[in-house]
Amino acid sequence: MAKNFSEMTWKEFDLAFMVTNPGCSAEYRTGDWRSQRPVADKSKCIKCGVCYLSCPDDAIRLAADGTYDFDYEHCKGCGICATECWTGCISMVEEEK
Amino acid sequence: MAKKIGIEVSLAISEAVKLADVDAIAAYPITPQTHIVEHLSELVADGELNAEFIPVESEHSAMSVCAGTSAAGARTYTATSSQGLALMNEILFIIPALRLPVVMTLANRSMSGPISIWNDHSDLMSVRDTGWISIFAENGQEAFDLTLQSFKIAEDHRVMLPINVNIDGFTLSHVIEPHEFLSQEEVDSFLPPYDPPLQLNPDKPVSMGMVGIPEIYFEAKKAQDVALVESKAVIKEIFQEFGEKFGRTYNVIESYRTEDAETLLLTMGSISETAMEAIDMMKDEQGKKVGLLRLRLWRPFPTDELRELVKGIKTLAVIDRAVSFGGTGAPVGGEIRSALYSTEDRPYVASFIAGLGGRDVTIKDFMDMVTLAEKMETEQEVHEYKMIGVRE
Ligand code: SF4
Ligand code: SF4
Repeated sequence: MAKNFSEMTWKEFDLAFMVTNPGCSAEYRTGDWRSQRPVADKSKCIKCGVCYLSCPDDAIRLAADGTYDFDYEHCKGCGICATECWTGCISMVEEEK
Repeated sequence: MAKKIGIEVSLAISEAVKLADVDAIAAYPITPQTHIVEHLSELVADGELNAEFIPVESEHSAMSVCAGTSAAGARTYTATSSQGLALMNEILFIIPALRLPVVMTLANRSMSGPISIWNDHSDLMSVRDTGWISIFAENGQEAFDLTLQSFKIAEDHRVMLPINVNIDGFTLSHVIEPHEFLSQEEVDSFLPPYDPPLQLNPDKPVSMGMVGIPEIYFEAKKAQDVALVESKAVIKEIFQEFGEKFGRTYNVIESYRTEDAETLLLTMGSISETAMEAIDMMKDEQGKKVGLLRLRLWRPFPTDELRELVKGIKTLAVIDRAVSFGGTGAPVGGEIRSALYSTEDRPYVASFIAGLGGRDVTIKDFMDMVTLAEKMETEQEVHEYKMIGVRE
């Protein structure tokens, strides 16, 4: 996308503000309002990928070593990954700022 | 000229929808709209109309289905009334925001309560600000013609907005009137197939109905408002084209015997027919300087045309068929006052409410309103609105 949405005037959008270019959420920090963040104790991780599959926001990424990292730009802090993790290695930690 | 056929107005509308060769119809039956969708379901069942007729469990679902079929590129039609329209409310806002050209007949009926199946305009007024184009038909021929024109207007790429065509419940929907139909060839020469600029299509995916974060929502609403305001020019153009092709020309406001008039009545819908008779009697038998304006286009509001038509007029009596409870005028009356407020030499505007819940508005009522409005003008009476024909 050439311009960020928040810089565009009303004349510059597609009809009905449809998104004709998929994947635009990658350009937005949508995790700003999170009150808790997931933190993993990777020593307990069995690399099962359940957290990755259960995240409703696609905010978990496969790391090079087979464990998983969180995308804090998009993670909403819902805690589903922490609940679903088999080994309990994800804990939800209060956001400080 | 084609010969005239006597047929119930509801069925004439169904025939117009068939001639428009719609692809999808989703509707829930409600009095007094029922005959329209009932007949359409028969046309589909009998194989006369090649469309999906989608029966649904509520009007909320009907309008939701319309959103889906229209988004997928299908020419989409529905019809409803009163409580059914109210049940659609949530989706009514979404259709114009998604710029979907759904056409809907609204057989106008009073909102409950008390429960009433009879006619006034309280249903439409309750959804005034949803962003639809709103057009009024006064008789069956107009309903037939305007239904066909609505598809063309709605689907024009400069417009891409839904339209509700208003017909007074029972007064129009259930009467048999002579109609001059158009042939399929004539309709095809006027109304091209729907060619959606953007649609749900796996070959070229788009996302519709995205979240409008605060950085975007305001711009979205501005774009939607401009589209509705600018649709007026296209509406006029298509009215003109229809007139040139088929000999019946429509205007956003129709004038009736306004020459030499000092006082004008302004009406919407089928009471205009009675108003015309009243005007004839007042002009021809009493020599009164009166005339009539019929508002055809309610949204977008034809502000410029109204200002032009009331130039030199002393008194304008606006007759509403709905109440804006506790407001500063009835819906149309208030709108007109505000449209004229900043103009010079504006007429005195008397805002009247009549004919609620199917109460007849008679020739005498119109004559009384002219007399009353002229008296109010002389006295420059300050008022919000007055109810006419209610027992005091
Ligand atoms: S907290 Fe929720 S949004 Fe964030 S990574 Fe876990 S599942 Fe995804
Ligand atoms: S669910 Fe838990 S154990 Fe499984 S990959 Fe995710 S963090 Fe590791």
